[in-house]
Amino acid sequence: MNMTVNGRDVQLPDHVTTVRDLLDHFKLNKEMAIVELNQSILDKTTRDDAALSDGDRIEIVQFVGGG
Amino acid sequence: MLNIGPYSFKSRLLLGTGKFPNFDIQKEAVEKSESEILTFAVRRMNIFEPNQPNFLEKIDVKNYTLLPNTAGAKTAEEAVRIAKLAKASGLCDMIKVEVIGCDKTLLPDPIETLKASEMLLEEGFIVLPYTSDDVLLAKRLEDLGCHAIMPGASPIGTGLGIINPLNIRYIIEQSSVPVIVDAGIGVPSDAAKAMELGADGVLLNTAVSGANDPVRMAEAMKYGVLAGRAGFEAGRIPKKMHAAASSPLEGMSVL
Repeated sequence: MNMTVNGRDVQLPDHVTTVRDLLDHFKLNKEMAIVELNQSILDKTTRDDAALSDGDRIEIVQFVGGG
Repeated sequence: MLNIGPYSFKSRLLLGTGKFPNFDIQKEAVEKSESEILTFAVRRMNIFEPNQPNFLEKIDVKNYTLLPNTAGAKTAEEAVRIAKLAKASGLCDMIKVEVIGCDKTLLPDPIETLKASEMLLEEGFIVLPYTSDDVLLAKRLEDLGCHAIMPGASPIGTGLGIINPLNIRYIIEQSSVPVIVDAGIGVPSDAAKAMELGADGVLLNTAVSGANDPVRMAEAMKYGVLAGRAGFEAGRIPKKMHAAASSPLEGMSVL
């Protein structure tokens, strides 16, 4: 499956079908991650099961130091 | 107590979390500052470099109220998107509206700040806009329903202190919501000065994170805020044009 994650075109293995799989694939901290799928911000409590499709545009952000 | 929307805080010092030398120093500085509100920015995770440490993992988040900012936004729509991303963290519902209109001065765009604040209030956020020291703009933001007004002392990161204390004072006098002087603070006396003018709080970052000893400066800022607030509450003497002796004029012993 091909997607754009944080502005980068990436090719993902077939077993990556949900947001949970995606976060696991990139070994990202699930507690910190905030996910936007095709410009729709996902609720943290339900987002892990959100299904991914070919061509999805995903943003994964977090809190960082700032004033 | 500093009351913002439904929240109450003992500390009137709000601390930014950017540009500290390392997390250990940052953690100690946060502790010494006794701040209860910490600001953050929202940025992309690096998907190709996972497991990078995050300061939020170093602190007990439940002991703090997080105040994410919309830094990086240049339009109201961008600010609203960042605010919604921040809220989706499930960690907070306060937002520091920060819409920068000029890359050189980092001064806020008044029109976009006003628009973003209005949109975020409609969305149910606790809204704290970072604004210039424009008195009428501050009034317009308050009239919208903003929960606090955060005028800059001077441009972000300059450490120039309060450039226009008269405007800050006007903003404080007219405001029925908390006024938090945000940006441009350089030294503890700047923070004290803001509080002496009657500010409800001070938000600073670089003055602490960029100091030679951020931990000591964090503590110094805490005292600056405390001293300024106590001075404001005590009520200063009027300024006079001529001297007035503090020792008795009568009863001098003469040889």
